[in-house]
Amino acid sequence: MGHGPTQPFIKRMFTTTNHKDLGALYLIFALIMFLVGGFFALVIRAELFAPGLQLVDPNFFNQMTTLHGLIMVFGAVMPAFVGLANYMVPLMVGAPDMALPRLNNWSFWILPFAFGILIFAAIKSFLGMGDAPNFGWTFYAPLSTKFGPESTDFFIFSVHMMGVSSIMGAVNVIVTIFNMRAPGMTLMKMPLFVWTWLITAFLLIAVMPVLAGVVTMMLTDRHFGTSFFDAAGGGDPVLFQHIFWFFGHPEVYIMILPSFGIVSAIIPAFARKPLFGYASMVYATASIAFLSFLVWAHHMFTVGLPLAGNLFYMYMTMLIAVPTGVKVFNWVATMWKGSMTFETPMLFAIAFVILFTIGGFSGLMLAIAPVDQQYHDTYFVVAHFHYVLVSGAVFSIMAAVYYWLPKWVGRMYNEKLAKIHFWFSLISVNVLFFPMHFIGLAGMPRRYADYAVQFADWNQLASIGGFAFGLSQLIFVWVIIDCCVLKKGEKATDQVWEGAEGLEWTLPSPAPYHSFTTPPVVK
Amino acid sequence: MAEKPTEYYVPESSPWPFLTAMVLCITAVGAASFVQQNSGSSITNNDGTMGSILLPIGIVGILLMMFLWFRDTVKESLNNMNSTQMDVSYRMGMLWFIFSEVMFFAAFFGALFYVRWLAVPWLGGAGEGAMTHELLWPDFQAMWPLEVTPGGDTTQAMGPWGLPFINTVLLVTSSFTLTWAHHALVKNERGKLIGNLIATLILGFVFLFLQVEEYIHAYTELGLTLDAGIYGSTFFMLTGFHGMHVTIGAIMLTVMLIRILRGHLTSDNHFAFEAAAWYWHFVDVVWLFLFVVVYWM
Repeated sequence: MGHGPTQPFIKRMFTTTNHKDLGALYLIFALIMFLVGGFFALVIRAELFAPGLQLVDPNFFNQMTTLHGLIMVFGAVMPAFVGLANYMVPLMVGAPDMALPRLNNWSFWILPFAFGILIFAAIKSFLGMGDAPNFGWTFYAPLSTKFGPESTDFFIFSVHMMGVSSIMGAVNVIVTIFNMRAPGMTLMKMPLFVWTWLITAFLLIAVMPVLAGVVTMMLTDRHFGTSFFDAAGGGDPVLFQHIFWFFGHPEVYIMILPSFGIVSAIIPAFARKPLFGYASMVYATASIAFLSFLVWAHHMFTVGLPLAGNLFYMYMTMLIAVPTGVKVFNWVATMWKGSMTFETPMLFAIAFVILFTIGGFSGLMLAIAPVDQQYHDTYFVVAHFHYVLVSGAVFSIMAAVYYWLPKWVGRMYNEKLAKIHFWFSLISVNVLFFPMHFIGLAGMPRRYADYAVQFADWNQLASIGGFAFGLSQLIFVWVIIDCCVLKKGEKATDQVWEGAEGLEWTLPSPAPYHSFTTPPVVK
Repeated sequence: MAEKPTEYYVPESSPWPFLTAMVLCITAVGAASFVQQNSGSSITNNDGTMGSILLPIGIVGILLMMFLWFRDTVKESLNNMNSTQMDVSYRMGMLWFIFSEVMFFAAFFGALFYVRWLAVPWLGGAGEGAMTHELLWPDFQAMWPLEVTPGGDTTQAMGPWGLPFINTVLLVTSSFTLTWAHHALVKNERGKLIGNLIATLILGFVFLFLQVEEYIHAYTELGLTLDAGIYGSTFFMLTGFHGMHVTIGAIMLTVMLIRILRGHLTSDNHFAFEAAAWYWHFVDVVWLFLFVVVYWM
């Protein structure tokens, strides 16, 4: 019986237990979801190009914001990181594969089914056959309980499936890191990408079950008469927000910690200097993860928490700036007096450091409870989290893809096109999101299909930026097809990048099917 | 017994994970469709036909896939293909899985603490809730267990010292018998192993039986139901999910009993038994916690 590369393509795709096959599947899935979620975002931006209602009715608009958020968070960013972990962690720790290979296949294949359920609801809605979820990606009760459309129940079970996938994927990553490291690779010798993913996996296992719990309460409130989120029965709709954000805040770090790992790999490689402050990076990551469990109510400053609560969450949130600042300074110090070159991965990494820091600063502004009363649920919040998620997480994923693509396929990508992709993305992402700071501070609320005339100019600019950003990503798709399918580009060396360090660069490009059959010895 | 292999065994390929994902999807769609007929509210108008067909198919499919998938891993274990390192992977995997289960229960315990110590007192006018109380339900009195809800539903509380206490004794005893069974397995005392394992199973099933009795008592005599306000909600969701986990643990132990009778488990290769035992102890600990905060306090 043949296996791996000798198997027919279809059979290999469905039955593979190989970490590279599954990593690639995760990444392709994430890219498709990124385009689908991006399409929904363009519907939003098209509607918001001018005040008044032009293209869609408000209910459909709400479905677009909901599905855009859900698909980007759970379908694009998270699977992309899991895909990178799948591909890179065994290579980086010197293992033959992931620790639990069949479980790995299961974790992946749950995702297309789970998103199939969500996208089916979206298609039904496009065809006018019933509403898709329309309560925002945070699905606050009672919008999602008393007033949720029929598709809400399908959404609930789809979230359960995503949870199973994430938990199993995270268990696999943790076990691989703890149990499969090559001899001599002590914890403090691990690449930072592995460290950040170890901590991310811990966060996933800790909070995805809480998400499962809260959607279960939603389900029983909807259909079995329980009163978790119903004050008439002694419950509290605010309880929903507490449980949701107890999941939700660690969740946003799940979407940024692996980025820190990626950037910490790329900047030293192109600055040709070792990473500044390795140990402090590890401790900073762990501190951020620890604090992430103590800050959830900063999403709820306006729901009427007791004053002491607001103050506690305000101070805890501000504390996060300390370890995050450590990281940013370490990256800058790594570049200081380095002999830098600016290939595409490095460009994306530097853009990440700058734009993520902007997102961090606006986060600090939002952390101030008394001022947040003004910004809460405005476009300022939208600007903030898109700076950390798009020009943060998504940029780091693109940096990672350009950085490791030659190792994956054995060929260099088209550097010229990639640079065009970078500059177009960089400019358009700022045209898209920077004006949202202004309209947010001026008081435009988020999640509305219409707005007052005074916000029109900045909204038009943002919409133009949105379409430009969307189109720029087609260049990205083309660079990948050009490299992976058409196999253009020269053959990559084993080392690929002059300054790159780590076990993955000791293997041939592309890396062999079973990464390290005999473990390398790390000194 | 042959030497343990040193190389990490990576299965070549397997159809089961993909098929498991597929039946999981059928179960999810079936369940969503099935609960909609149950609502009796105006949210949905689904008669549940699709759900009552898909849900059983999905559940049977999951059981079948688990059987086929586990059969492969059992064969690998019996053919001695698992290295010591692989064994460690399985152990770590199980422990982290149990940790995720702990966090699932934590969500419900968190909800219980929140309503008990914050939401209900606020509705009764304490602290931040003065205006809420005044404007919404000025006659409502905060209490726990919440026997009269703000909306006016009434119920009686479930006392701790009847069936719940007996159940506590049963489950704690079952943890002891299971540990004795484990010691017997390590020492190769087959009779003692089987006896203690069967005792554990009997204690587990009696626990489940009494739990059903308690629910019947709650529904018919106390008026304590799922829709009797937040006390009923937290009571049934916590004890219900616990009961579900006891059932899963009992199934695991039953499988272990069958495998022991077939001679699969030896004194130095019985991770499956230990995993099931860990799970059982986890369920036991959850119960102790639950007995204190749901029934007693």
